[in-house]
Amino acid sequence: MNKPIRTIAIFCLLLFLALMINATYLQYYRASALDEHPLNRRVLAAAFSSERGAILVGRTPVAESVRSNDRYEFQRTYPQPYKYAPITGWFSYYSQTGIEKSHNAVLSGDDSRLFVTRLVDLLSNASSKGGSVQLTVDAAAQEAAFDGLAALGEDVQGAVVAIEPSSGRILAMVSLPTYDPNELASHDFAAVADTYEELNEREDQPLVNRAIQTRLAPGSTFKIVTAAAAIEELDYRADSQVPGGSTYQLPETRGESGLIDNEGRDCGSDKIPFTQAMGNSCNTTFARLAVQVGADKMLERAEAFGFNSSYLDDLAPQAQSSFPEEMGQASTGQTGIGQFEVQATPLQMAMVSAAIANGGTVMRPYLVETVLTPELEPLPSTDPEEISRAISAQTADVLTDLMVYTVESGTASPAAIDDVSVAGKTGTAQSGQDDVPPYAWFTSFAPADDPQVAVAVMIQSAPGTERGEIAGGALGGPIAKAVMEAVIEP
Amino acid sequence: MSQQTGTLLGFVHRRRRWAELFLLVLALAVGAGAYAAVGLGVEGTIPTNMVAYAGWLAVLVIGAHIVVRITAPYADPVLLPVVAALNGLGLAVIHRLDLAYEAAGKPHGFAQQQLIWMTVGVLLFVATLILVRDHRVLQRFTYTLGLVAILLLLLPLVPGIGATVNGAQIWIRLAGFSLQPGEVAKVLLVIAFAGYLVVHRDALALAGRRLLFVDLPRGRDLGPILAMWLISLGILVFQRDLGSSLLFFGLFLVLLYVATERPGWLVVGGSLFLGGAAVLYYISSTTGKLAHVAQRVDIWLNPFDHYGEGTDDRAFQPVEAMFGMGWGGLIGRGFGEGSPERVPYANSDFIVASIGEELGLTGVIAVVLLYGFIVERALRAALVCRDGFGKLVCVGLAGVFALQVFVVIGGVTRLIPLTGLTTPFLSYGGSSLVANWVIIALLLRISDQARRPAPQMTALDADSEATQVVKAVRVPS
Repeated sequence: MNKPIRTIAIFCLLLFLALMINATYLQYYRASALDEHPLNRRVLAAAFSSERGAILVGRTPVAESVRSNDRYEFQRTYPQPYKYAPITGWFSYYSQTGIEKSHNAVLSGDDSRLFVTRLVDLLSNASSKGGSVQLTVDAAAQEAAFDGLAALGEDVQGAVVAIEPSSGRILAMVSLPTYDPNELASHDFAAVADTYEELNEREDQPLVNRAIQTRLAPGSTFKIVTAAAAIEELDYRADSQVPGGSTYQLPETRGESGLIDNEGRDCGSDKIPFTQAMGNSCNTTFARLAVQVGADKMLERAEAFGFNSSYLDDLAPQAQSSFPEEMGQASTGQTGIGQFEVQATPLQMAMVSAAIANGGTVMRPYLVETVLTPELEPLPSTDPEEISRAISAQTADVLTDLMVYTVESGTASPAAIDDVSVAGKTGTAQSGQDDVPPYAWFTSFAPADDPQVAVAVMIQSAPGTERGEIAGGALGGPIAKAVMEAVIEP
Repeated sequence: MSQQTGTLLGFVHRRRRWAELFLLVLALAVGAGAYAAVGLGVEGTIPTNMVAYAGWLAVLVIGAHIVVRITAPYADPVLLPVVAALNGLGLAVIHRLDLAYEAAGKPHGFAQQQLIWMTVGVLLFVATLILVRDHRVLQRFTYTLGLVAILLLLLPLVPGIGATVNGAQIWIRLAGFSLQPGEVAKVLLVIAFAGYLVVHRDALALAGRRLLFVDLPRGRDLGPILAMWLISLGILVFQRDLGSSLLFFGLFLVLLYVATERPGWLVVGGSLFLGGAAVLYYISSTTGKLAHVAQRVDIWLNPFDHYGEGTDDRAFQPVEAMFGMGWGGLIGRGFGEGSPERVPYANSDFIVASIGEELGLTGVIAVVLLYGFIVERALRAALVCRDGFGKLVCVGLAGVFALQVFVVIGGVTRLIPLTGLTTPFLSYGGSSLVANWVIIALLLRISDQARRPAPQMTALDADSEATQVVKAVRVPS
């Protein structure tokens, strides 16, 4: 009977081999797919109750995990919820956004750079703790931006972005209306679901980070880009004479709809100095310059500044600022003053200013300064990165002169700071719809001779302000000024 | 081809009792170490009753070892340590789940109960070794044991004492105790089959005709196999227990094949089982009768269609087990770091999922290998055993073990459709644990007999050439 016994032995061996192979398949090859399964509450619950690393501004946490006495070990809390919500995002049982999502691997401790820490935890049988993320945000600038924007009224919708021109570090990012991420991180799931539903359905969209997710016509602030193209392509200087005039009939058009005017600002008749055109935000000048430069070169210049591309890696999703790729001469003229199909996010306009302040080089904007291990040792971080050279250094100098003039004796005067030379540009963009008020824009950088900060302010709607009074300079200027002061004079 | 004596000429097995003791110390380290790790992982300290617990384990295991030393000195030295390690690991995992259930305010205290069952199991193990001094005695009770086994199998169907758990009617409740008589019937059936087949093997093997390169058995010899087929299908239909059905029928086929040395039986039996299962599935999926069969298959193939909100949630258990095992990954979360209690019946049928989650793939492979050792040692005993009955009993017990482990672990890891069977020595449950300890005692008894030096033939009367009486003399042990 021994031969069949040997056969049976081989058969049993095959059975056990099948078990081991299948277990390996399940626990090794399929493990990550199972972990990422949306219905996998086990992984969610563990992630939810684990001690995540903090999100820091300087040394102050704006998101941290504190011990909790309920069924989950830790509770995620946000000490300054409204001010930092657009950056931190939230960490709820159901979803994550913002830095909580984009840097989840570090915060949860799963990042490969934290492998050694994880190994030590494993061997010492300690429950693992996540690494911390230190933001580039400047607390004073963020506060100035938040307070300035909030001061416009309770129902204001807008955003402020400040960038360090030489590196691309984002110093402030504020979006209003905002929300309390603590309510979404709560362990009371029924309340969380209700709160989320309510926030998600509100018409003023508090969950949208307007600084990177809302793109609107940039209006006159886009004239900086038009001017950059004109200087590069047509060889203008700050003291050059440029076409002026109180009206300009767009090419290939007839009548009112194609007629550009200056809403009462003095733009001379035939030729005017470039400084006056910029200072008084002359539509006639910049529409004409855009037509002279041509659609292709305008597109090329806009894209060099970052239009039609994505560049921010630290937060998602972000809207791509857009510049039309094909259009006729009339439309090209309109794009010269930031209308037609030109749309920009506040971050994009801050990058335009920052590029000029940085001698023409566009730096990749970023929000995370360093990643720290749970023992608070910094991990190697990436260096600032150039995206492109938008304009030459000479062009940047000319533009700086024009923008300084605009602050000193033009429309951007509300942003002037005593003893500091400020470069800026206002914008008031038509929404294109009769019942929607125009958008107010402001972008600037300072000090003009040694730029430390570039700012963009966008006010989508400020219900407390009369429609006629909505203007980039009056609404946005003081906010930009406060933010720049916060950075320059700590 | 069949070589009747496993012992080569002149080769004498060593007793290897010290090796067994050494391995037992390792096994104790696994059991006690796992218990301490559970305390450290879940509560942060070594359990207060650590010394008493480890002491009790040691008493049981060393006690068993001493009895083996006295009553079965040549027995296989690997089996007892492997079983001790599995039993100790199972206790620790059950204890770990108790702590989770306690925290959640659910019934707990299973580990204590299991320790009592283990004690009973070891006592029965010892009793078996002492009472059954020669396994061939059991052959006398072939038909009695067969009858008792069938009665035991039918017991759960008796109104009043039968109980349905999870849709399977394989339990009886008597005087506050619940028992799974199938676990005991398993052992009895192995002995009954072995006794029957060792007598009838020649008839089954030699008569028959050849068809398409396969030796088919004679028609009238098909009687027993048909009867067993009907019993298996009956268990499947009336007790809704696919696992036991597969187990008993597979066991019978394996023994038939080994006894007759004719693969034809495997072909006949295998096709009968597959055919029966296919017909059942067809009936189940088209007519709505026996719906649980089709349901099980559907849950196996499309578990995620039956999991989560908006579904019938029937696959909750297997899917949670998969998530847990996936989460455990290569080395596991560690005791106390996972949530194996999410899986219903995590301490019995799904204990492998708990091990997979907290001890990882490493733990699961280790457990499978330990089972593999048991099967391998049992088959080795069968190879060297000198009598046909002993060989068949060993093969039968090994087969039961291998099939049961395959069916339950395969079911939990979704290799095959899920069926309710206990995981030997690991799962919480008295009937199974006690029955398995008896199985090990029988294996040790047979391997002791097999490894013992062959009786030496001594001529008593060398002078008389006409009437030479040969007497078997047992070598002093």
